[in-house]
This record gives sequence, C-alpha cells and structure tokens, in this order.
Amino acid sequence: MAKTLFDKIWDSHVVSDLGNGFVLLHIDRVLLHDLSGARALRESLENGYVPPHPNLIAATPDHAISTMPGRTEETFAPGAPLLRDLRANAARTGIRLFDIGQDGNGIVHVVGPEQGLTLPGTTLVCGDSHTCTHGGMGALAFGIGASELGHVLATQTLVQRKPKRMRVFFEGPLAPGVTPKDMILHLIGELGTAAGTGYAVEYAGSAVRALSAEGRLTLCNLTIEMGARMGMVAPDDVTYDYLHSRDYAPKGALWDHAVAHWKTLPSDPDAEFDREHTVDMARVAPQITWGTSPEHVIAVDRAVPDPETGPEDKREAWRAALSYQGLEPGQPIEGTRVDWVFIGSCTNSRLSDLRAAAEVAKGRHKAPHVTAWIVPGSERVKKQAEAEGLDRVFRDAGFEWREPGCSMCIASNGERVGPGQRSVSTSNRNFVGRQGPGARTHLASPAMAAAAAIKGAIADVRKL
Amino acid sequence: MEKFTKVTGVAAPLMRENVDTDLIIRIERLVSNTGRQGLGPYCFEQIRRLPDGSENPDCILNQAPYRDAPIILSADNFGCGSSREGAVWALAGMGVKAVIAPSYGDIFFNNCFQNGILPVKLPLAEVQLLADEMKASPGNARITVDLETCQVVSPTGRVIAFEVDARRQHAMLNGLDDIAQTLSRKDEIEAWQAADRAARPWVWL
Repeated sequence: MAKTLFDKIWDSHVVSDLGNGFVLLHIDRVLLHDLSGARALRESLENGYVPPHPNLIAATPDHAISTMPGRTEETFAPGAPLLRDLRANAARTGIRLFDIGQDGNGIVHVVGPEQGLTLPGTTLVCGDSHTCTHGGMGALAFGIGASELGHVLATQTLVQRKPKRMRVFFEGPLAPGVTPKDMILHLIGELGTAAGTGYAVEYAGSAVRALSAEGRLTLCNLTIEMGARMGMVAPDDVTYDYLHSRDYAPKGALWDHAVAHWKTLPSDPDAEFDREHTVDMARVAPQITWGTSPEHVIAVDRAVPDPETGPEDKREAWRAALSYQGLEPGQPIEGTRVDWVFIGSCTNSRLSDLRAAAEVAKGRHKAPHVTAWIVPGSERVKKQAEAEGLDRVFRDAGFEWREPGCSMCIASNGERVGPGQRSVSTSNRNFVGRQGPGARTHLASPAMAAAAAIKGAIADVRKL
Repeated sequence: MEKFTKVTGVAAPLMRENVDTDLIIRIERLVSNTGRQGLGPYCFEQIRRLPDGSENPDCILNQAPYRDAPIILSADNFGCGSSREGAVWALAGMGVKAVIAPSYGDIFFNNCFQNGILPVKLPLAEVQLLADEMKASPGNARITVDLETCQVVSPTGRVIAFEVDARRQHAMLNGLDDIAQTLSRKDEIEAWQAADRAARPWVWL
C-alpha cells in the first residue's frame, strides 16, 4: 500500500498497538533544554526512573541563560540553579550535555541538526513546541509536555495517537526578497493558526526542493504556529550533503547504510493525504505580522487590515490586536517606527540567516533610536560567522553581537522588549507579552529585520 | 495521574479565540518556580492584573461569580502555542477542573490529560450558548461536566453529549499512571530495540 513519508516513519516505530487508535511509539532521539528538560530529568530521577538509553539523549542550556557578551551561568541568576541541576543530573545519568561555551551549545533546535543528532527517518522529541523544526531533516519530530517527556525518559517510548496527514505544496520560484520565513508566514496567513491541528504536515513542491537544508528548518519551525505538531520535508541530496560528516551522524559503512534507508522514505507517488493545499509562490511577497497571532500577517507593502471589513468571527480579535499593537486600521505598515530589532531564535539564527541580515546591514548603519541585537543560534554558528567577518559587519552597522541562546524570542532570561516598545523580530511568536509584558512584536525574515534596523521603521527590504 | 470523574460549578466565559499558553502562564514564572504547585496566582496574570500589579476589575476572572470558577468556556484553539505544561499546572492551581472549547492546541490538549484537567470539545455555537446561559443567571447558574457519561449539563438543564477517546477516559476516571503501564511492556520494547539495532544500526549512538 502506498505510504506517505510520515506513515513510513510512524509505522516503523510502533512498538505496540494499544487499541482505540493509540500506539506505543519508539523515540530515537530526545533533546533536553534547561527549562522543561532540566525539570523532567529531575522529576524522573526523583520518581526513581533512570533513563535506560542515555546515549540517545542530549542536553543544551538555551532558555534561561544570558546572551550578554562575556556571560557566565550566573549572569542571569534565576537560570543558574536550572543549569546546575541539568549538569549534575546529566553527569549522573550519562546524558551528553553541551555546556555554555562548548561547541554544541546553543538553541536546541539549531544544535540537533548542526551536530548531526537529528537524522532522517528518526523519531525525535523535546519539551518544546518548536521541535517540529527538526522535520526539515526528514525526521518525525514533535514537541511534548513535561509529563510526556518524563515518560520518554523512563521508557524511551511515548503513547501517541496517530495524526492525520496534510501536504502543502509551494510551487514556483521565490521572488526577490522572499525567504523560507515568508513562505511559512504567508501559508499561516492563508490557512490560519488552527488549520494544522491534529495533522502531521509534509511540505513539498518545487520551491521546497530548491531550499537549503537550513531554509527547510525555518519552514518547518513555524508548523506549530499553524497548529500542527509535526512538519516535515522529505530527505534528498540537500539533506545528505548537509549531514555528511557532522559530529554525530553515521560515518563510513554506517553512513551508506543510512542513506540507503533514507532514500526509501519519501512519500510514494500515489500516497494519500487527508488534506492538501498549494501555495503559488508568485503570490508570496516579504511578510510582516501586524497583530498578536502569527495569522495576523500581511505583505509588507500592504495596509493594516480594518476589523470592520474583516471576517465577522475575527473582528473582536483583530480589534484587540490593533489596540495592543498601537496600530490604526488602514495605515500602511511600512514606515511604522520601531524601537528594537531582534535577529535570532530557533527560526532564524543559523549561518544563512546571519548572512542574509549582514548583506542588508553591510555598509549601512542602524537608525539611532533602534537597539538591534544579533543572537547566533549556537556556539558553532557564532564561530563560523566570526570566521567570515559577519560580526564585524554587524558591529560596524551598530548592531550588538551576542552569545547564543533563545534570548528575546521568549524573554525567559530577562532579555526583554520594554512595555509599549515595538520590535521587529525574526522569531516565531507575536503573542501578547511574548517578548516582555506590553511588548509589541512584528515577525519577519532576517533581511526584513535588518532593513527595519537601518530604516528605524518597518521597511520593505526590496526597496533598500 | 489525577483522577477526574465529574465537576459541577460556575463556568467563566472567556470567549476569545487563540488563548495561547503564554497568556495562561508567563515563561519567567516557570524559571523561578521549579515545582508544579504554586502557579495559580500567576495564571492569566496578563489579563487578571494591571501593569502596576493590582487586580484588573474588568477581567471576568476577577468578577463575581466567575472568580475561582472550576470551569472555563472559551473559543477556538484554546491552549495554542508552546508545550509548557505549566499552563495546565497554573489552571489547576487556580482551581480549574475542566475547559469547554471548540478546539485546542494539540500539545496543551495532551498535557491536560496528564494532569486530570478535562478539555471538553463542543461546537462554538454550543459553547456560546453555555456562556449566554451563565450570564443570564449570574450567581445561580451552574454547569456540570461528567466524564463517566460524557455529558455536559447546562444551567437550564440541557444535556449535551461530548466525545472523548476511550483510552483517555478510562485512564482519567481511574487515575492511571502511563509510565507504570508502559513499563509493564518492557520486554516488548526491548525486543523492538534489538530488532532495530540490527536493521538501523546507524540510529544507535
């Protein structure tokens, strides 16, 4: 019977059929961070459960550490006990920890692929909703809560109900200024934040095949903002070239064995999906969010929508969003003054993202009233960017060059946008208070964010 | 797992869509509080509190009779966003036993069942009707959510059936521990792993 990429990975990981649609699913990779991961590992040990396969688990602090240059674990004091706890319990159980300052440290969803821990055809979980990012490598990866994480740590399995299958085609070439971030924001704008609820999503089509491995990670990263826990791209030569010779990827004969398996994974030509949708890339322009949900998104050359002419069931939410964001219906979004620019997060902090932002920043200077931060996704990204001189480009343009971590995407380490201040951010959530109480967030690509820093206002990168 | 059989009480209408987990509990509360208890006071703080920290009288969760309501009524996509289970612990800490909404964030939905909070799915029009009935008789109106019969009883006595996975219903009614159940299948898991090591040796670090 013809199968999808998702079905092939799911079905081959079923340890037991538990009935009523539930299965016991084997989990090949577990990633821990310093909030949910440290907590779940501690609770697990307190309950007397020792992870039976610590080799399949890796940990990295990212959420509750400062990204200030010269930082130590004490710089953000409330996070220090979490890291010490994670460090001690990782050592006790034999779990690999990528500590601050070491190669391999960084945002968990940057580190997994970068280190070759994330592999096609594997199941991967983390106590973090953006675990869908790893689907860009052709893995079946999804976020879970602390209790489910405790279950995985104790048993290397998870009780799950099989989701439905959705496939989204992106067809056609990317127009100038359009990036993977714009593709996925545009899709969420078309379908809404709940369209993917209950689905595993596969991204396909000529525009997806043409993306770099890092671009596919960005695309999959925002799958949860469409409501789906899992987003995937079928592995191909782009994936293999990216993973080849990475630290924890298989080597030699094992590599050949793995690639032979990976080549069997793409969806069969006649495989059936429960829902399909096609995005015509000719209609995708650089995107920017205007409201407080990722579905509140428009092309940068459009006007802020008017709730009174919007869909009836959305009007109240739109009014509340505009009031929170301090925007007027009908005003062009371009030219809206901004106070902060944040380039980083598990969405857009990889080397290709920093290159794209640097291309815009090069030879220019940020507007005087803007504070602009570059927070590389990992220690390795930081080193590679510095080797290319990107840090110098950013510094010369008046941007701050910082240490890796989640930082202002989630503001759990004290790094915040102030109340009423406006930020253009390359992260994934523009929720009320996400970047700090009262903070106003506009999501965009790295190039768009850099353009906003230069102009001191929301800007169309194509016009720079 | 906490047991859940039935709850009868006031239902607070928080009729907005996309109530995200950041709104339910701010992330920094989960940095400073490493346990599962004590998060109730911070639940929905961005709407329950004013910027100066005082109580926001306009928030329905601060108004009689909805304060301390064990049931929350809401619109589509409740609990969307992050995987933080702290959102469920915060609701539990505030005394919430059940939520009634048309749809939920997938991860939040799973997290509820791990903590004895019942997320009931009903069509939006039905939830709106429940909200209207609550508001029509403030102080007296009560809603019952019964997991055994899979029924909601409205303030006016209308009986509305809802669906829940049989496995989850059984686990919640009996307070079953998922981990203990899975560990009883240890031999099966190890047999699967032995076969996988042979078939996919490249997975095993």
